[in-house]
Amino acid sequence: MGAFIEYRDIWKSFGEKEVLRGVDLEVRTGENMVILGGSGTGKSVLLKITIGLMIPDGGRLLVDDSDVTALREEDWLPLRKRISYMFQWGALFDSMTVFENIAFPLRERREFDEERISESVLEKLRLVDMEGSQGLFPADLSGGMRKRVALARSIIMEPECILYDEPTAGLDPITADTINRLIRRMQRVLGITSIVVTHDIQSMFAVGDRVSFLCEGRMEFVGTPEEARRSDHKLLRGFIEGRNPDEQDS
Amino acid sequence: MLPMGVRPVNWREWKLWDGMQYLGEISILAKETGRVLFPRPVEKRLVGYQMDLLGVQSFSIVLVTAIFIGMVLALQTAYALEAFGAKLYVGGVVALSMCRELSPVLISLMVGGRVGAGITAEIGSMKVTEQIDALRALGANPVKKLVIPRLIAFVITLPILVLLANALGIFGGYMISVLELKISGRFYLNNVFDLLKFQDIFSGLGKTVVFAACIVFIACFNGMRAEGGADGVGRATTLTVVISSIAILILDFFLTKLFLAF
Repeated sequence: MGAFIEYRDIWKSFGEKEVLRGVDLEVRTGENMVILGGSGTGKSVLLKITIGLMIPDGGRLLVDDSDVTALREEDWLPLRKRISYMFQWGALFDSMTVFENIAFPLRERREFDEERISESVLEKLRLVDMEGSQGLFPADLSGGMRKRVALARSIIMEPECILYDEPTAGLDPITADTINRLIRRMQRVLGITSIVVTHDIQSMFAVGDRVSFLCEGRMEFVGTPEEARRSDHKLLRGFIEGRNPDEQDS
Repeated sequence: MLPMGVRPVNWREWKLWDGMQYLGEISILAKETGRVLFPRPVEKRLVGYQMDLLGVQSFSIVLVTAIFIGMVLALQTAYALEAFGAKLYVGGVVALSMCRELSPVLISLMVGGRVGAGITAEIGSMKVTEQIDALRALGANPVKKLVIPRLIAFVITLPILVLLANALGIFGGYMISVLELKISGRFYLNNVFDLLKFQDIFSGLGKTVVFAACIVFIACFNGMRAEGGADGVGRATTLTVVISSIAILILDFFLTKLFLAF
């Protein structure tokens, strides 16, 4: 399988703080790549760079072998049809119903009539097990329901790739498992390539074909979940075992 | 010790630079709005919704403010004119003051505070919950979706509100003149229509178009750059009310000079 997304020596700073310091990573077509890392290590920044919401200070980003690093805002539009983003807390529009939220990308592109939009929205709601919720507002939904609606909105344009930003953050283990299964279902049923940013180890094992570990602005490890489990990288081991490697038990 | 997030810098230098940068960034937003406004159709549904929210729902503030300004103005003017034996001419003074200056400025300050704070709070909440990023990620232009409907709606509704305020202010003055100052209602109205020209009304309305655009740009800009959760949205909202109020007062001087020149 060829690479769908390639990060080559990506740098990004905020003021004097260097968040990404030369990230190199290759995401293959059809795979689920999990990006693991602690809070504030730049995982979400990397995702936002992938869809042009942030511009890297240095390096190159390739999508399907095309260099998209220096695209202008309007030139990102066709790419944002192919790559969609599921935000950490869903980022559903408060003033719109579930139906309107999911229909938003279709209405924005004005390519389909209302009947076709309605069919498509209901089909995507079925796919994420949220039938019957189309008239509700985001404020009426629980955290897990919001994420499922956000996922339905992400797949409405039938993208080739979905970027998941902390899809299981703040969810109870059972709801998190539901979301993990949905991510796998998207890969299996729709053949979607996924990048899943998380610090949830269970989620990593549940959805990841490969895992990368972002630490101090660089990818310190790339391999399968099993290789990650056996890795002797001190921080990665601490991450997987859920303990701080710098602190001893008293 | 300085509070968290405040940089220990030379304040005089920082404020000057920050102010210039702020003006520059608002200008960029205005330029982007102009670029997006003309080539693409405006979403009439969003404009209609904003006209109701920003204009129609501000009517009660306008009603109370304008009537009481008119009444106070009549009382004060009568007190001053009495010394010259000209108390009867209260109507003309109230009408001119309301239409040329008081309605445009005070209604813009009152409604602008309400509208500006509302816009910043809404857009700021969208910013901190990543809804603005979501708009971009879903292929929409945030300026087209958020700034343009509010700009068009407020540029249309604020002058209408000021026009209503002119009438209400004159009516407030009428009530005081008739009930308190014992001036004939017919004389009051004749005096109003003798002195007031269309030019007086239009110079006031012209100012409000500029004030409306200014309030919307400041409010949208502050909302779009809000950071740090509820605290950041609160600070952005306060900043909008302060800056838009100051901007109205400064612009009022220059616009008055401009309109007097013609």
